[in-house]
Order: sequence, then structure tokens, then C-alpha cells
Amino acid sequence: MSERPAKTIEGVTGAWEIVIGLEVHAQVSSKSKLFSGASTTFGGEPNAQVSLVDAAMPGMLPVINEFCVEQAVRTGLGLAAQINLHSVFDRKNYFYPDLPAGYQISQYKQPIVGEGTVLVDLPKGETIAVGIERLHLEQDAGKSLHDQHPSYSYVDLNRSGIALMEIVSKPDMRSAEEAAAYLKKLRALLRYLGTCDGNMEEGSMRADVNVSVRRPGGPLGTRCEIKNVNSMRFVAQAIEYEARRQVDIIEGGGAIHQETRLFDAKKGETRSMRSKEEAHDYRYFPDPDLLPLELDPQWIETIRESLPELPDAKKARFIEAYGLSPYDAGVLAGEIETAAYFEAVAEGRDAKLAANWVMGELFGVLNREGLDIEASPVKPERLGALIDLIADETISGRIAKDVFAIMCETGEEPAAIVEAKGLRQVTDTGAITAAIEAVIAANPGQVEALKKKPKLIGWFVGQVMAKTGGKANPQAVNALLKERLGPLDEG
Amino acid sequence: MSTLTDLTLAEARDKLKAREISARELTDAHLTAIEKARPLNAFITETPEKARAMADQADKRLAEGVAGPLEGVPLAIKDLFCTEGVQTTAASHILQGFVPTYESTVTKNLWHAGAVLLGKTNLDEFAMGSSNETSYFGPVISPWRRTGDPTPLVPGGSSGGSAAAVAAGLALGATGTDTGGSIRQPAAVAGICGLKPTYGRCSRWGIVAFASSLDQAGPMARTVGDCAILLKAMASHDAKDSTSLNVGVPDYEKSVRAGVKGLRIGIPKEVRGEGLSAEIAALWDKGAEWLKAQGAEIVEVSLKHAHHALPAYYIVAPAEASSNLARYDGVRYGLRVPGDDITQTYENTRAAGFGREVQRRILIGTYVLSAGYYDAYYLRAQKIRTLIARDFEEAFKGCDLILTPTTPGPAFAIGAKTSDPVEMYLNDVFTVTVNLAGLPGMSVPAGLTGDGLPLGLQLIGKPFDEETIFRAAGAIEEAAQFTARPGDWWSTS
Repeated sequence: MSERPAKTIEGVTGAWEIVIGLEVHAQVSSKSKLFSGASTTFGGEPNAQVSLVDAAMPGMLPVINEFCVEQAVRTGLGLAAQINLHSVFDRKNYFYPDLPAGYQISQYKQPIVGEGTVLVDLPKGETIAVGIERLHLEQDAGKSLHDQHPSYSYVDLNRSGIALMEIVSKPDMRSAEEAAAYLKKLRALLRYLGTCDGNMEEGSMRADVNVSVRRPGGPLGTRCEIKNVNSMRFVAQAIEYEARRQVDIIEGGGAIHQETRLFDAKKGETRSMRSKEEAHDYRYFPDPDLLPLELDPQWIETIRESLPELPDAKKARFIEAYGLSPYDAGVLAGEIETAAYFEAVAEGRDAKLAANWVMGELFGVLNREGLDIEASPVKPERLGALIDLIADETISGRIAKDVFAIMCETGEEPAAIVEAKGLRQVTDTGAITAAIEAVIAANPGQVEALKKKPKLIGWFVGQVMAKTGGKANPQAVNALLKERLGPLDEG
Repeated sequence: MSTLTDLTLAEARDKLKAREISARELTDAHLTAIEKARPLNAFITETPEKARAMADQADKRLAEGVAGPLEGVPLAIKDLFCTEGVQTTAASHILQGFVPTYESTVTKNLWHAGAVLLGKTNLDEFAMGSSNETSYFGPVISPWRRTGDPTPLVPGGSSGGSAAAVAAGLALGATGTDTGGSIRQPAAVAGICGLKPTYGRCSRWGIVAFASSLDQAGPMARTVGDCAILLKAMASHDAKDSTSLNVGVPDYEKSVRAGVKGLRIGIPKEVRGEGLSAEIAALWDKGAEWLKAQGAEIVEVSLKHAHHALPAYYIVAPAEASSNLARYDGVRYGLRVPGDDITQTYENTRAAGFGREVQRRILIGTYVLSAGYYDAYYLRAQKIRTLIARDFEEAFKGCDLILTPTTPGPAFAIGAKTSDPVEMYLNDVFTVTVNLAGLPGMSVPAGLTGDGLPLGLQLIGKPFDEETIFRAAGAIEEAAQFTARPGDWWSTS
């Protein structure tokens, strides 16, 4: 990667650079939990998806779910990371009511996935490489409910034991924007791979953000970890707030103390949770109930061969095969569903026109309605059919926008709408000529003015189009007008 | 009816199969004996109704000719095995009243084989102890007494209730668990046989965990053959236990009288030197002589790191225990002593629920796993463990079995060693080595002390080679002619 332009924030004493690393907890897409057969479906009745193992009943033992291991390996391969053939599950010991065993089974010193890289596109067309430190498998804890009873807390163990991948980045990000873009890219990757649904609202993806500030190029500052930031927007907000807080402290003569902080989404601020001195001693040790995880290189190759085309490859192909700009290709390849939609529309058609329609009209409607592309009121086949009507000159691009709006409302076939509303483009020169004559006859002053100001031809086009209800072929109108009103001095 | 409780398990099995006796009468005889033996405090929970119902079922199957290999055989189960619908306490206040909704794999195997549950036997709390004195439900009194001396003695531990029950004729056999000697040591001091199988031979699923990398279930019975029959029924590969090994379970009973001709028996020289009492040393020599006389060859082997085993064990076992016992927090089951907040509830519950020895080991375990101490204690202990396993590997290149005493001495008086934990831990000096290496080991009664208390010899085998252990154990049994039984003082007092 080329040297990036410095991204700094200004303090009263000069510029500061923000250094950011992310720890993302991604819930593994899997029917059953990491060490038990209980279901992982979201939204079940409290404590309805809890096995004896998840509740840590006496004498219960964990058994590794092979599919979860496969998902972790698949993710590691997608992150272009090293897959460790030997990894170890450890116990992380601490007491909490929603942690039934009193320890979480995690991977500490020997994770299943080692170093990797994620390429991240920034809005201004810049691409940065964010290093992956490691990925490890661990169990989720249950959920404590503090709002169900005046003096008791309730515990729901449905989530207890669900498989998580903790994906730790290197401190390679330098702005809130970069962190948000990284998270977005990571989420897209996981969704492409089918290893995590990336649903941040349901808690399938959660981020802990490590933030420190330093003088540009100087030694690293002391970091603070912000826990459980649960949306892209909050990640950006938390970083902005935290960086400013740290700069203010340092410039005020203070020092940053390593601590864990909590992001308050309501107030948009971070606040101290516990200091380094109060940090838990988790007393990690290898879980004696589980043997080390030994992977067969052949098995890993089988998984590698089954990987889908990933966003970077897809983007390159969109540029190469469809002649899209890197920006458009990046946007369309950014989400697996968007890419699939686009390709369905572009198949056998003008790909650039398809890209313009998807990124223009379609995204406009989806944004306005707050819909995912899968919930689009216009399916790709219909949008394709609409583009076909433009291509064969049945309708003009302008009329097509009106037809699209109707499609969004009614879900009807574009051809049926064109027929029903009589929107078929008028290419009959007789009808156009008649409209031109009528406009000229009604506006002698404008005809005079046109002689001095040739640009007024546009006004005539508009009038003729209006007279034909917009159905006239604009190219034909232009040509006939120029023919009728004589060669104009374009100068 | 006393003759029924004097039968060996094998004899009873054969008589049941031949329909000479019924499972019901056999069970009733044992239930009566249990009732009379309540002064021994061998059981935490007696299950007479369940026992009779199971016995009746067994009789039905015997009549139908669909009997399992243990059909109608009444057994005592250490109260560390979870039993569906029957209170399972681990001898701890914290689990008092806990009734599992599930059955441990080992006991499920036994019931499938047709065995009958007499009750749940007393043990050291969470199997932590060598004298059965740490039980919340009070100590077990050994059925054995010194000649002419009514001083109550310990039955050994932690499987003290099982050992006492088998020795006193309250059950034809029993299950135990062995983390550092908890089957072999009580078996030795109670004059019965007890085998700790190879780690991974019996499933740990459904057994309340003490130290996961060391815990192993095994049989306790009055004869070597009875242990062989029980092990065959208890052992299985279990997909629910990741450390259970998928290896075949042989017919161990055949090995018992197979003889020792040609076997090389190793005597570890380092163990020999360690301040051994003359009585134990003599017994050891006698054991070697017996085997030699039957055609085995005695060879000297070396276990260089054996003297590190006890300290390493008392780091690894408490470390794992401190984590395994974290689940007893008063949140989901068992005892809860409420406090003003969750931390206080934890503290109150665990202070009231765990006894002193369990608390001591949780503290030790927490300490050795703590940041800054992990490398110095836990990691070093694990390294010693590796060295010990390597010692055995080397030793077994030159021999088929290793012979040692099971304990440094006979049963001691209740209260004699409770004030000094280290003194108590020393009881395990010959047995913990075997657990650290994951090997099978068996104690066989070999003789009596001058004042009439049983002593045992320990046979250590190669991984998954319980068969060879049974061969030598059978040979010792035959040579020792250990027929002594404790006097029936409890039913007359």
C-alpha cells in the first residue's frame, strides 16, 4: 500500500493522529451451539434453547461442533489469513450469573486463525490494507435481564454457548471513517462467506474499539478499549468522541490510563467501566475437557475450493468484464445481495446502463423506503425488462423513470404499464411534425428570438415533448426541429 | 440370608442366571444389610424402593431369558455419579437436594447390563480427600478395626463409602472414581480390589467433575474377577466425552486366570527407597515373590521423576477443581444463600456450601492459575507431568507391569490426620503418579498388618492394557489367599 495522506485532528497544541484497532465478535452462522446441540435461532422464548451443557449442570462436558470449526476456517481463508493446524481451547474464568460454568471456553495463546489482511475501500477511492492479528473461536455468554423485577435480575441462557469468532485487527486504522469502512468490509466478507449474518441489531456482530492518539508518526499512545459498540454509526461516534477526549486530557497536562470504557449511545459519549488495576485476572488454562484441535491440511484445501467469489475478486471482475468504474464496481460488489441483483439485471444487457439504474433509481427508492435490496419492490427481472424497453426504444429513459415509479408502487410488469398508460414512445414523424407546427404557430416571438439565441432550441424541444405527453422520441424531435427551423448558428 | 451377601459378584451372577436365587431376594438381603450397617454411614442416599423395582424387572428379564450380563446384581454407586431422579450430592452441602434429570454414561451402562441400584455412597466432598472425613454428611466408619481395639478407623477416600459398603457386604460391587488414588487407596485399606482404568476408558459424562484431566471411574469389588466383570460393563466409548477413547472393550474376565508366565514385572527403584515402612517393604517383596513363583520375571525399572508427582498433582488437580467448581454459584441449582447483591450471594453461598478442604483446594487452584504464578506453578507442574509420562513410557520398554504398594500404610483413626493437610496428601504418594500419566492401576488385597488391618499392592499397566493388570492381579489374589473379612461389629453393637 502506498503511504496514506495523514489523517489528523487538530488540538490546541497541534495535530494528533488517531490509532484504532477493532475486536469484532461475529456470531458463527450455525444451527447449533459451539459445544452443544442446542438451537441458535434468534428470538426464542427465554431459556428454551438451553442444553444441559449450556446450563453447566454437574458432570456435563463440551463436545466441539465441527461445523463451527469449518466456519472459522472458511472465515480465516476469506481474510487471507494463516490457518493454524493446531489450536487449543482455554478456559477464561470469571463469575457472572449469565456465565453458567463460571468460565468461558475460548482460545487464548493458540487461536485457530493467525495473521491476515483485509483491503478496505474508502469513499474517496483510496484503498487501505488493515492487518488481521488473529481470529479465535469462543462461546457466547447468556443474557442478564435487569428490567424484569424490582430487586432481582433474570438470566436468559439461550445465547449461552453460541459460537462466536473474535476477529482482532491490528491497530491499522487512522480515522473513524476508516474504522467504519473496515467494519463494513468485514461484515460484507462474512456475509459473502456465509459464516455470519452480520446482523448488528440482533447482536450477531459486536465491536470493541481500541483507541489511542499520538503525534503524527510518533510513538503509540496509551489505548482505551470501548466495549460493545453495536452499529457502524456508533463505532464512528465512539471514536470521534474518545479521540477528542484523549486529546483534551493530554493537552490539559493529563495522561491517559489504560482502561475499559463503555459507549453510551444515547449521550454519544464513552465512560469508564474499569481501570487496568481492576481488570479481571481470567486465569486462562487449557480446557482439560477438550483435546487440542488438530486440522487436516487436506480438509482446509477442500474448504478453500468451496469458497465463493469474494468482494475484491468480484469488484475486479466487474471492472474487467463490464467496464464499470472502480467506484461503481466497488459499490455493486460491496454486498453479496447487491452484487447478485446487479448481475441479474446486467446479464445480456448494457452493463453500464444496468449499473446506473441500480445505483441511481433503485438505490434511491431503497434508501427512501429504508429497504434492503432483497426486499426491493422491483425484482431484478422486472428492472431488466424495463431496461430492455429503453434499449429497443419502446420508451425513452425519461419515461422509464415514470414507469419505474409505478413499478415500485404496483409491482406491475413494465410493458403492461407502458401499454396501459399509453406511454409507448412516438417515433411517427407525422405526429411529431404536427406538434412542431402547432408550437411554431403559437409562438412567433420565440421563433424570432431563436435566430439570435440558438440555445432556445431546447425550449422548443420541451414544448413539443409536452405536447406529445412526453412520449415523443427526443432524438427525433431534435432532428425534426432543426430541419424545420433551419440550420442555426450554434456559436 | 447372610450367605447371599457373602457371594462374590460372579457367583451371584451365575446363580441368578441359573435361577437358583432371585434378584429380588438378593437385593432384599443387601437392603437389610445396609439398614443394619447404618452406623458405618456408608450411604448418603439409600434407594430401597428403586432397588426392589429394578430387581423385579431383572427377575422378569431373567425369566424371559433376555438377561444382561449383570442382570439382578445389586451395586452401590458413589454419589459423584449423576443418577436420574435420585439425589446426587458429591457429599457437598452445595448440592444437597440436587436431583439430576439425566443419568451418567457409566451408570447408564450398568443399568443396561441389568444391575440394581442400592443407593448412593458417601465420599469425601467433591472427591477431595483420602479418608472420607471431608463429607458434609459425616465421615464413613471403616468396617475394619484393629485387633482388639474399637477405635473407629477411616475407610480411605475419596470412594470411602463404596469401599466400606463392599468390604462390609452391603453390595456385591460398587463404582468409584479415582483422581489421585480415590479408588485404589480405599480399596487397599478396606481389603478389597479396586481398579482405576486408563484415562479415557470410561466416560466422564455425568460424573461430577473434580479434576477433568485426572478423573476416571472404575470398579470396586471383593475379587479381581468381580472388578473385571464390572469394568466390562462400565467402559464404553462415549461421543459426549471428548476425552473418551474409541477402543474395543475386551472380555476382562478371561484374563483373570490367564496366569503371569513370561510377564516382566517392574519394580521402580526410586519408589523403593522412600522411607518405606518395614511392613510395607516386606509386603512388596512378598508380592514380587508370588508373581515370580508363578512364572513372571522381576526387573528393576526407573521412574526418575516419581518423587515430583505428589507436588505436581497438588497443583494440577486443585487448578482444574477451582475452575470446575465455579459453576456451584447458587444461581441455577443447589444451595443459595442470598446476599445484598450478586457478589455477596456468591460469597455467602460458596462459604456455606463448600467445606474447608474444598475451599482450601479452590484457593490453591485459583492461586496457581493467577497471573504471575501460572508459569511458576501450573506450567511447571504440567511439564513434570510430561516427564512422568515419559518415565513410564521408558519403563514399559523393559516390563509389562509395574508393582508398588498402594498406600504407605494401613487405615488410620478418624481425626488422626485432619489437622495437617500435607500429612493427609501423603496417602496418595504411590497412586497419583498413575493418574498424572493417565495409566491404569489396580489395588489388590495382599495381607494384614500385625494388628489385623488390610494392605494392598498396586499393579500399574500400559495404556489400555487392563487385561495384563487383571492377569497379575488374579495371580496375586490366588497367592495371597486373602480371606479376611471385617467382623460384623456394627450389627451387634
